[in-house]
Amino acid sequence: MQPAYSVIFLTTATGAGYGLLALLGVLRAMDRLPDERAFGLLALGLAVALISAGLLASAAHLGRPERAWRAFSQWRSSWLSREGVLAVAGYGPAALFAFAWLVLQRNDGLWPLAGLAAAALSMVTVYSTAMIYRSLAAIPRWHHPLVPWVYLILALATGALWLNAVLAPFVSDPVGHALARAICFAAVAAAWLLKIAYWRAIDGAAGGSSTASATGLAGIAGGAPVRPLDPPHVQDNYLLKEMGFAIARKHAAKLRRLTHLMAFLVPLVLVLVQTVSAGPVSLLAAALAAVSVSFGVVVERWLFFAEAQHKVMLYYGADSI
Amino acid sequence: MTSLPKQAPAKRLGLVIDLDTCVGCHACAVSCKEWNTTGYHAPLPDADPYGKDVDGVWLNRVHGYETGAEGNGRTVYFPRSCLHCEEAPCVTVCPTGASYKRTEDGIVLVDEDICIGCKLCSWACPYGAREFDSDGGVMKKCTLCIDRIYNENLEEVDRQPACVNACPAKARHFGDFNDPHSKVSELTAARGGVELLPEMGLKPTNRYLPPRPSAKVGDGASLKDAAAGAGGFLGWIDRALSR
Repeated sequence: MQPAYSVIFLTTATGAGYGLLALLGVLRAMDRLPDERAFGLLALGLAVALISAGLLASAAHLGRPERAWRAFSQWRSSWLSREGVLAVAGYGPAALFAFAWLVLQRNDGLWPLAGLAAAALSMVTVYSTAMIYRSLAAIPRWHHPLVPWVYLILALATGALWLNAVLAPFVSDPVGHALARAICFAAVAAAWLLKIAYWRAIDGAAGGSSTASATGLAGIAGGAPVRPLDPPHVQDNYLLKEMGFAIARKHAAKLRRLTHLMAFLVPLVLVLVQTVSAGPVSLLAAALAAVSVSFGVVVERWLFFAEAQHKVMLYYGADSI
Repeated sequence: MTSLPKQAPAKRLGLVIDLDTCVGCHACAVSCKEWNTTGYHAPLPDADPYGKDVDGVWLNRVHGYETGAEGNGRTVYFPRSCLHCEEAPCVTVCPTGASYKRTEDGIVLVDEDICIGCKLCSWACPYGAREFDSDGGVMKKCTLCIDRIYNENLEEVDRQPACVNACPAKARHFGDFNDPHSKVSELTAARGGVELLPEMGLKPTNRYLPPRPSAKVGDGASLKDAAAGAGGFLGWIDRALSR
């Protein structure tokens, strides 16, 4: 599949934003975050900015962005519609959460529920984003049960590292916010394991369809391959441009190594550095970890598209998908 | 509404394409392009049609394939267009309700006034039936010539899809698969019509008739060593050349 930059930005930015918002909602309900307005403004502002920028970018890849509002209507059948509805609905509890924190400075009574509701809606929105891909049987590498889990845990991991980075200047004691770092560690490690499991699964998977089954020629082929002879058109059409994107195995391997490094290994090491250091070094390590995971997840998402093969390519020379 | 019809459509209109008789002339694709670019929809766009980077929307594409074992190879022409699936994934993924399946005849259509051009339907279709119109910002697909088949301004004989009318080899047939006595049902039954990618379970309406088995190379007359005492012309030649 052609990696669409607007969609890569959409899924990675909203993933980080929703992960951050979810952690803020839960941790503030547990009363484990600084109460200061400045921290709340910075952390919530970052979360809402990431989410909103991502959602706006998604409109950029539409052919008719002015009609985007129509996408809220088909939530009964369409995951894309559900994503839109949930994304808009999420602003409600997020606004209440921000109001309680930044304006009222309250975290008692029922107020924590706003943060918890924002957290729940954030995760459900990320899940529905992932389900857009998970539900497409024409693209076997997306139609995989691990896909939603990878999206969810990567959203939490990126969100946790950004929380850790924003939190660092507000925590004065040298041990800092051990809980945030523990969450970073657990989420990044879990995401790493899941991503490895996903790559193993798709690398080993046998293609379910062949050109013979796509053309109905299995009978006369008698086991022989069905090969393209006369092309239907002499230059790339929409299908080949959109679905025909292919990446050489050696480039994919290199980009996977880059993902291992930037999305997982470097953030883990930097969080360790942050733990054992103090002052500006510690702050810098926390900030770099967040930048590194964001870059790594963009590479991961680019590969998610680039490595996905669409069954229509069976008509254009792929023998098994 | 992008949920699929709850009840099976009263009619199941679709095509039967005979891969035995298709000669790969592209007349179906060209007449499809001609009809659908001048019909009631917005034209099917062509970017740089006379230049180096030709790129246009076609709703029907004619592929050529070769297959078979050595000495028994076959060349098959294969027109590919929307199959109007019963379990159309392009319909259920649509966020706006623009992509829908008609309850009365099962035709899958795009409402171009509602389509937001998110392209998700084209990702969902394993058959590559949908092509994006970057001029209009909306998705295009085969309509089974809905503006012909019900069009009372046309002679009755012309009330079928443009591709069917145009086919000089009579390799394309249009009809109702729910009617067991329609031509499409009878052809499918008689010739073992197949569905494409049956393993995906999308229940496409259109059926393809596989090529009939061909005579093997070597099945005909040959001038090998004739059995002793073989008669006829070849026997005489064999005897004459063996002297």
